[in-house]
Amino acid sequence: MADLRNNFVGIKSPNPFWLASAPPTDKAYNVERAFKAGWGGVVWKTLGEEGPPVVNVNGPRYGAIWGADRRLLGLNNIELITDRDLYTNLREMKQVKMNWPDRALIASIMVPCEENAWKAILPLVEETGADGIELNFGCPHGMSERGMGAAVGQVPEYIEMVVRWCKQYTRMPVITKLTPNITDVRKPARAAKSGGTDAVSLINTINSITSVNLDTFSPEPSIDGKGSHGGYCGPAVKPIALNMVAEIARDPETYGLPISGIGGITTWRDAAEFLVLGAGNVQVCTAAMTYGFKIVQEMITGLSNWMDTKGHRTLDDICGRAVPNVSDWQYLNLNYIAKARIDQDACIQCGRCHIACEDTSHQAITQYVDGKRHFEVMEDECVGCNLCVNVCPVQDCITMVGLEPGTLDERTGKVVDANYANWTTHPNNPMARQAAE
Amino acid sequence: MGTTETGILSGRLSPVEYEKNFSDLHPPLDEHEALVASDRCYFCYDAPCMTACPTSIDIPLFIRQISTGNPIGSANTIFDQNILGGMCARVCPTETLCEQACVRNTAEHRPVEIGRLQRYATDIAMRENRQFYERAEPTGKSIAVVGAGPAGLACAHRLAVKGHDVVIYDAREKAGGLNEYGIATYKAVDDFAQAEVDYVLAIGGIEIRNRQMLGRDFSLSDMLAKHDAVFLGLGLAGVNALRAEGETAEGVEDAVDFIAALRQSETKSDIPVGRRVVVLGGGMTAVDAAVQAKLLGAEEVTICYRRGKENMNASEFEQDLAAAKGVTIRHWLQPKRVIARDGKVAGIELDYTTIEDGRLITTGETGVITADHVLKAIGQTFEADGLGVITLQSGRIVIDDEGRTSLDRVWAGGDCVLGGEDLTVSAVAMGRDAAESINRVLAAASQPAVAVA
Repeated sequence: MADLRNNFVGIKSPNPFWLASAPPTDKAYNVERAFKAGWGGVVWKTLGEEGPPVVNVNGPRYGAIWGADRRLLGLNNIELITDRDLYTNLREMKQVKMNWPDRALIASIMVPCEENAWKAILPLVEETGADGIELNFGCPHGMSERGMGAAVGQVPEYIEMVVRWCKQYTRMPVITKLTPNITDVRKPARAAKSGGTDAVSLINTINSITSVNLDTFSPEPSIDGKGSHGGYCGPAVKPIALNMVAEIARDPETYGLPISGIGGITTWRDAAEFLVLGAGNVQVCTAAMTYGFKIVQEMITGLSNWMDTKGHRTLDDICGRAVPNVSDWQYLNLNYIAKARIDQDACIQCGRCHIACEDTSHQAITQYVDGKRHFEVMEDECVGCNLCVNVCPVQDCITMVGLEPGTLDERTGKVVDANYANWTTHPNNPMARQAAE
Repeated sequence: MGTTETGILSGRLSPVEYEKNFSDLHPPLDEHEALVASDRCYFCYDAPCMTACPTSIDIPLFIRQISTGNPIGSANTIFDQNILGGMCARVCPTETLCEQACVRNTAEHRPVEIGRLQRYATDIAMRENRQFYERAEPTGKSIAVVGAGPAGLACAHRLAVKGHDVVIYDAREKAGGLNEYGIATYKAVDDFAQAEVDYVLAIGGIEIRNRQMLGRDFSLSDMLAKHDAVFLGLGLAGVNALRAEGETAEGVEDAVDFIAALRQSETKSDIPVGRRVVVLGGGMTAVDAAVQAKLLGAEEVTICYRRGKENMNASEFEQDLAAAKGVTIRHWLQPKRVIARDGKVAGIELDYTTIEDGRLITTGETGVITADHVLKAIGQTFEADGLGVITLQSGRIVIDDEGRTSLDRVWAGGDCVLGGEDLTVSAVAMGRDAAESINRVLAAASQPAVAVA
C-alpha cells in the first residue's frame, strides 16, 4: 500500500490533498466536515485585517461554463476574502486545529501592502497554532482594485517585499500564492524566492467573463444588470496551471522551490499530474464545490492504487518525475516520426477524423475505400499531428505510432534516422549552430 | 379490471383505463432530456443516419441545433427535407432507419434518440406555429393532387412553395391519409394528424376537397383537363382477401378498418373487441391492430404469421412492443378455415407451414385457436379505378426516378407506386421529389420561346 503521507515545507498531513483557500474553507463547520471526509489539510479562507470585514455582493457570486450533460467545466467567482470578523475566524481556526492535530491548517492572509499591517496580523495567526501561512497575491477581482491580491502578485518587487516582512515577523512557513494573470509566471516566483518564501502555490484564478446574458446584455454572474470579471477555475484551467507549475519547477532560478499545485484538480489523475510536474502537494476547490467533500476518497484511493500498480512507495518517488521531460520546443527531436493508425475494429465510422483532417489539416484520412465508407490514414500525407486522435470519440481507436529507425517515412521519402536532432542544428534555421569542424 | 365476457363488445374497460392505455407511447422529451439526448450525437461527417433517412434530413445538424438551444432552427432543418417531420418523428421505424445507422450502436448498442429529438424540435415549432416557407410569385399553374396522405401533402406543400396553386382531392372525410386513419392511436395522440395538416396548409395556395374519390367522383382525364399536372398519391385502398373458408362469418374484420375506427373514436370505449382475438399477418398493421385489441381489453390476443420471425415486416421494436403489451406472436401458421358457430366466429383453424426448396408449404398438421374476433392484416392492395391506361406492374403504378408515370403530366408517389416501401417517410420523399419534378417541367414549359438563328 502506497504511503501518501505528505511533508510540505515541514507541514505534515496524512495525504497531499488540501482544500484551497476559498468558500469551502470559510468557517469551522465546513472545515470540520472536510476533515471528516478525509482531506489532508485546508488553507483557511483568506483573512483580512482587523476591523469591519469586507462585504460581498448580495446577488450571484458564481458564473460557469458547462460541457455535455451540464457537467461543470469552468467556474468563476467574484466572492471576496472572508466577510467574517477576524477574531471569529482566528478562534475557530484554533479550535479546529486542536480537534484535528494531524491535519494541516494554513492561514491565507491578505492585508494592505504595508509593513505594519502584516506585522499586526502575523502574531494573531501564529497564536492559533496554524501550521503555516499562504500569502494571497492572487485574487483577481475586487480586492485587486484596492491594491491587494493580484495587484501585489503582478508586481514582483511587491511580492519580494511582503514575503520578506512575513519571514521577518513569523516563524511559520510562508507559502506565496501566485496569480496567473501575468505574462511570465517565473518572474513572481523568482521574486518570492528572493524574499525568502518557503514555497509557492499556484495558480490562483484567472480573469474571466464566463458568459453574457443575450436577453439583458449583462455579463454573468449578473448583479442588477451589471457584471464584473471574476476568477476562473475548475477543470478548464488545469492545462494552464500545469504549464505554470512546470515552468517554475524547471526554471534554474527557482529549481527545487516547493510548489503547492492548484488549478482544476478534479480527480486523482489530475493530482498525480501536478505532483509529477513538480508540485509537492495539491490544493482543490472547484471539484469539492461541485461534488462535495467526498471526492477526496476517490482521489486518495486512485492515487494510492496507481502508485501501487507502478511500484511507487511514497510521494517522493513521484514528485517531479516528469519535470526533466518538459523541454523547450527547440530541443524536441525532429527525427522522431509518428503516424496515426486507426484500429478498424474499434472504429465506429463517425467520420470525424476524416473531416477534421480534410477540412482543417493535411488531407491524410480516406473517406471511401473501394466505394465503401472506410477511414484509413494515408501515411504518405500524415504529418503525425494527432488531431484525429483528439477528435475521435472512441478511446484508443486512433493511436500515434512512432516509426522505427530505418523504416521509410512515406511522406518525405526519407528513412527514419535513429539519431536525435533538433531545431538548433537544423539547416533551415538561420540561427543554427554550426557543427564543430 | 375489464370484463372478459365472450363476444365482440365495447366498453370492456373503465374510462380511466382507456385513457391510460391509449396515451402517448413515447412521451415527449422535455428540454433537459432533449439536451442530454442531443449531447450524445457525435455530429458525424457524411452521417450514416442521414443516408439512412429516406428524406435525407440533416440529422447531425438538427441535433446540434437542439443542443445549442436552437430548436426553431432545428425544426427548420427538419422541415426543409420533410414537411411532415412531426409525424415521421412519431411513426418512423427509426430502429430500422436512422437509429439503426447511428454509430453509437457500434460503441454502446444504444443509438442517439433521433426520432424523439426530431419530435422535440418539430413540436416546439408547430406549437408556436412557426412557418418557415413563403410562397414564390404565383405561377398561374394549377396542379391536382389526388390523395391527402403523406405523399400528397408533401407534394402539395412543395408545389405551393414554388408558387403553384394546388387542389387536393381526397376520398375520406378528413385529410391525412394513413396518418389520420392508419396509425395506432398511441403513436399520434391529441389529434396530431389534423394539426399537422393545418400546419402544412398554412403555407396557402392549397385547397382540399374531401369526399372526392377517383373513379367514382372524377377520372384522371377530368383532372388533366382541369389542371396543368396531376400527382397521384392514392395509397392502397383495397385489402387482400383471406381466401379461406368462413371468411364472411360475423367477427372477421379488416385490421385497417379496426385501426381507422379506433383513430376516429374519442373515448375508445365505443370500439368493440373480442375476448380472444386472432390477428392474421406479420406487418406493422398486424402489430398495431393486435396491440390495440389488447389495450381495448381483449383477454387473449394472438398474432399468427405464416413465416418466421425474421420474415416479419413489423420491426423488432414493434414485435417487442406487442410482446410487452401481452400479445402472443406465433409463427409458421397459415389460416385454413374460420370456424363459425351460429354465423359468428368461434375459432380459426390454421395450417402449420414450413419452407421447402425455398417455397412456403403446409406441413399437413393443423391446429385450432379459439377466437371470437379475427382481424385480417394480410396486406393492402392498390385499386386502380379511374386511372385509364396508366402503366401498372404487380398491381402498382410504375414511375421513373422523378416520379413520372407513363402518362404525360401525371406523377405518382407513396404506397400506390411500384417499389414503394410502404412507409410514411418514403411517401413524403416521393411526394416532395415529384413536386420538384413537376415544377421543373412546368417552368421549362413556360419559358418564352427563344428564336433560333
